[in-house]
Amino acid sequence: MADKLRGIQSVQFINPPVIIGVGTIVGPKEAAGPIGDRFHQVIPDYLYGEDTPEQAETKILKEAIELALKNGNIAPSAVQFLLAGDLLNQIVSSGFAARQLGIAFLGIYGACSTIAEGLSIGSMIIDGGFADNIVVGASSHYQSAERQYRYPIELNIQHKATSQWTVTGAGAAVIASGGQGPRVTTATIGKVMDMGTKNPNEMGPAMAPAAADTFIRHLQDLGRSPEYYDLILTGDLGNVGKQLFLTLVKKNGITLNKYDDCGVIIFDKGQRSGAGGSGCACAATVTFGHAFKELEAGNLKKILLVATGALLSPLTYQQGESIPGIAHAVSIET
Amino acid sequence: MLMQFQLKPRREEKIISYIWAFLIGGLICGLAQLVLDHTNLTPAHVLVGLTMLGAILTGLGLYQPIVDLAGAGAVVPVSGFGNAITTGMINEAKRLGWIGLFTGAFEFTGLGVTAAIIFGFIFAVLSVPKD
Amino acid sequence: MPNKKLTEPQKEYQKLVKQKRPRVPVVRNFIASFMVGGLICVIGQIVMNYFMEGGFSQKEAIAPTLASMIFIGALLTGLRIYDEIGEFAGAGAAVPITGFSNTVVSAAMDFKREGFVLGMGSKMFLIAGPVLVFGILTGFVVAIIKVFLVG
Repeated sequence: MADKLRGIQSVQFINPPVIIGVGTIVGPKEAAGPIGDRFHQVIPDYLYGEDTPEQAETKILKEAIELALKNGNIAPSAVQFLLAGDLLNQIVSSGFAARQLGIAFLGIYGACSTIAEGLSIGSMIIDGGFADNIVVGASSHYQSAERQYRYPIELNIQHKATSQWTVTGAGAAVIASGGQGPRVTTATIGKVMDMGTKNPNEMGPAMAPAAADTFIRHLQDLGRSPEYYDLILTGDLGNVGKQLFLTLVKKNGITLNKYDDCGVIIFDKGQRSGAGGSGCACAATVTFGHAFKELEAGNLKKILLVATGALLSPLTYQQGESIPGIAHAVSIET
Repeated sequence: MLMQFQLKPRREEKIISYIWAFLIGGLICGLAQLVLDHTNLTPAHVLVGLTMLGAILTGLGLYQPIVDLAGAGAVVPVSGFGNAITTGMINEAKRLGWIGLFTGAFEFTGLGVTAAIIFGFIFAVLSVPKD
Repeated sequence: MPNKKLTEPQKEYQKLVKQKRPRVPVVRNFIASFMVGGLICVIGQIVMNYFMEGGFSQKEAIAPTLASMIFIGALLTGLRIYDEIGEFAGAGAAVPITGFSNTVVSAAMDFKREGFVLGMGSKMFLIAGPVLVFGILTGFVVAIIKVFLVG
């Protein structure tokens, strides 16, 4: 009997795993944004001393993981598994970071929702009694993402108001079976939703239905109301996706007061970021940087992260496919 | 004296040439922007479309009058590239027959393509993308 | 098989997306594109007049003018300025030959990291390639019609 399964897609942890340490690193653009002082470390430029953006992303992810281990006061040898993912083909940033860390590695992919996927799976492994310490991480990099998904960096392109700016950075967290810190209490695994959005400049609209579906599923599965949480955070819907998300949940009779989107709060309007931030690092750094500082300060006690991802590749949209979205929800409580 | 007048455009002629270049060149870019803003086409699609349009207008004998009027305003936009390809092909085909269809494309454009490759290589070596 | 046909709920959602989509600043974009595109063409005309003063006919002046404009576009790309002009002016920066130059140079700069042969060499014409391909295909058809069929 699955005694921790709740409803259809949710789990509730009986011994909620503790997040004993977090680490976030962001780029200069993110550091110049409205929550720029809420991250652990800032890199001076896109290359961070490396030759290519891909190498830089690997380095950022590796160092964010090391920061989380240091902040959790735990040696890499005491960690059983590393769960990490990123946006690059074959999740190379994660694999290459793991190459240097020497921790048994499970590569995961949920596009920009990866960090919530990692937290969910990691917490299940711990509460299932299969490990004592697990580190989860996710990264993205503006230049490596542009190169893979869009155009050369120096190409003359006028960004549309709906397009989003990939966050440069990485976020990591050590989750453990015991210790001090906020706890992962529940998780809801999302379904892939495709509502027919085809324009790759409209990721927010492509992902909003998945976010709304997972969020509503979460409330129903666990019998909770939105008021249960002090803050509900979606991953990277951006300004346009955020409005769509609010409209979709309202159709289900839910009005949200304490809600925001990581992609919206990470950049200012004046930062030439279109509808807001995106990328694996968006949800990861805002949650483990900004939201965790609020949890630590006691300003927030219960948060729900609904991290969102768009499961497309350049190949699929060039072949005329629409863009499937996914969202996973994780509740973190002190 | 007369020769010199023909070779050296006078001040007023120059100013008029700038005005036409601005108006026609600007109009081509402005219309391309309208297409970009009203469709889901990528800039690459619009550039391809404009090049094809330039080639077709050349075949209809309509592009040369625009070049005569606007000078660089018709030559510098990418539609002028389609014009240059087609003009080269037509000239060579008239001169050499079928072979000319295959030798003509780069008659006027070879220089541009070569320049782009050379400068592309030089700046690829010298510069690093930023943001 | 791609799902090309939208279902009813998908259609309904796309209607909602249309409502929430920010309005494109069409007038601002048109003006910016017109002004910058026009200005680049004026620079082209200045260069062209310079070559014509040197004794070239207009037809002869075209090639060196284009080469000069390609150099300017390449230089501004190398200095990492041209993408900013593109952000401001859209088609006004993309349509002139300086934009063509930018597509080649920016791709070359970006993909040299994957090596000069497989990276820079093979990806240089990533965006400029289609322009060449379809320019030549169209020119080919037009020239056949013009020279051999119409006469």
